[in-house]
Amino acid sequence: MSSIDNTDILIIGGGPAGLKAALSAADQGARATLVERDPHLGGQLIKQTHMFFGSKEQYASERGFKIAETLSLAVTNHPNIRVLSNTTALGYYEDKAIALEVDKRFFVVKPEALILAAGAQENTLMFPNCDLPGIYGAGAVQTLMNVHGVVPGERVAMVGAGNIGVIVSYQLLQAGIKVPAIIEAMPHIGAYHVHASKVRRMGVPIYTSHTVLAAHGRDCLEKITFAEIDHNRQTVSGSEKELEVDVLCIAVGLTPLTEILFQAGCKMVYITEFGGHVALRNETLETSIKNVFVAGDAGGIEEASSAMVEGSIAGLTAAANLGHGLDSYAVKLSEAQKELANLRRGPTGEKTRSGLQRLSLAGEVAS
Amino acid sequence: MTLEKNGIPTPAQLAVIKPSKERLAKGPVVLVECFQKIPCDPCYSACKRGGFLPFEDINDLPQMDYDKCNGCGICIGACPGLAIFVIDETYSEQEALLTIPWEFLPVPDEGSTVQGLNRSGEPVAPVKVVKVRPSAKKNGAMIISLAVPKELADDIRSIRVKD
Repeated sequence: MSSIDNTDILIIGGGPAGLKAALSAADQGARATLVERDPHLGGQLIKQTHMFFGSKEQYASERGFKIAETLSLAVTNHPNIRVLSNTTALGYYEDKAIALEVDKRFFVVKPEALILAAGAQENTLMFPNCDLPGIYGAGAVQTLMNVHGVVPGERVAMVGAGNIGVIVSYQLLQAGIKVPAIIEAMPHIGAYHVHASKVRRMGVPIYTSHTVLAAHGRDCLEKITFAEIDHNRQTVSGSEKELEVDVLCIAVGLTPLTEILFQAGCKMVYITEFGGHVALRNETLETSIKNVFVAGDAGGIEEASSAMVEGSIAGLTAAANLGHGLDSYAVKLSEAQKELANLRRGPTGEKTRSGLQRLSLAGEVAS
Repeated sequence: MTLEKNGIPTPAQLAVIKPSKERLAKGPVVLVECFQKIPCDPCYSACKRGGFLPFEDINDLPQMDYDKCNGCGICIGACPGLAIFVIDETYSEQEALLTIPWEFLPVPDEGSTVQGLNRSGEPVAPVKVVKVRPSAKKNGAMIISLAVPKELADDIRSIRVKD
């Protein structure tokens, strides 16, 4: 194991949070190293063909993959940023060393500050035959279609009417694939309602208060059974329906990727609203360990727009902690914090606000 | 059924965002089918005529000054929710001109006839494609104007180009 040049700030994850973290830290004069497991930067943004919500500051009306292009170009051309793509962060060791792997070669880097922006992983769903070929996570379907240009099948049933389920359904329709059902266990659609209206007027029925009972097929998926459920999540008898599909796409939420923070010894707490365990942190996103930060979905499942702003906050603060950009820090930080508060202020930000409140209570108990 | 259960706005919701009869009689005007407070305001930035009132909070629903709206449709391509339409009830005796956003292939040809779909995606009537233009945002979306029977102008919100 050899070591590479040390860096001021190591950022793990080249998605919206990590890209913005690198840019904001580097703009303040810090040297940043951005580690990305995939060959290209952008994270989930590269698969997002829909226009983004938010305001001008978060690239509203731009399509996600275009935002990825803009940010990746800025990062790649920035003299203070080194990009390590195809590189996986493997672990955090006692002497604050982080192990990286690229092409089966291993390196150690000891940054002054760490920003974890690793994103999240998809949740899965258990039902009989849930391992049949043809049953995918929504992320895999998006990667197949929007990165590799491969359609996953001909008729796709979607499980989950959150933003991901509804947006991926729309992308499937754009690819010419039939989506005969979106199945959602909750009694209401979790996605922005405009997204739901968009797929509905293309003829896709949305079954709220419904769940998948089983998948059927000999060698691969041929059919599913789904049914209505009551308040206690019990099947309403007689409501069972069969649907012939060759793909079942699962979009039932995400869990933050936090292993590195656990290894680092950050105080972690389980927050339902955030999708799992997340690190305690202050308003600058610094965890219970000095100079270890978290930004984006790794700190709690939210939106790409807020992930970008969180990245900026973590990047600015990590740089300031190391003595960079102190003149402009206070102003830039307060602008970003205001932007974030605005994004979270409405009814759709309620879950995040409630998660933050529980996080802050947990912080008081812990300290 | 409600919007949060099936994705279809209710008649009561649609009544709220409909411009007055007097305004509709004056020519093209915007229909903003945005009923949920989400953090989003590009419609406001897109309109250079002040048709959208300034947002106090980015989560507010769009508020309109219909007298400033001339139905140009620049906001249609800026709306990430594809929730903005333009209606011109003065188009002809029998037909209204309905302008919708379109992000599918094929893009219909001007002059062709396509199937008009309602908010559930059910076919309701054949409609004529009058004009096809790219979104002013140059983001791949197309803006399509359709001649639709006046009595169906409140129902038709999408099209099927071929079966």
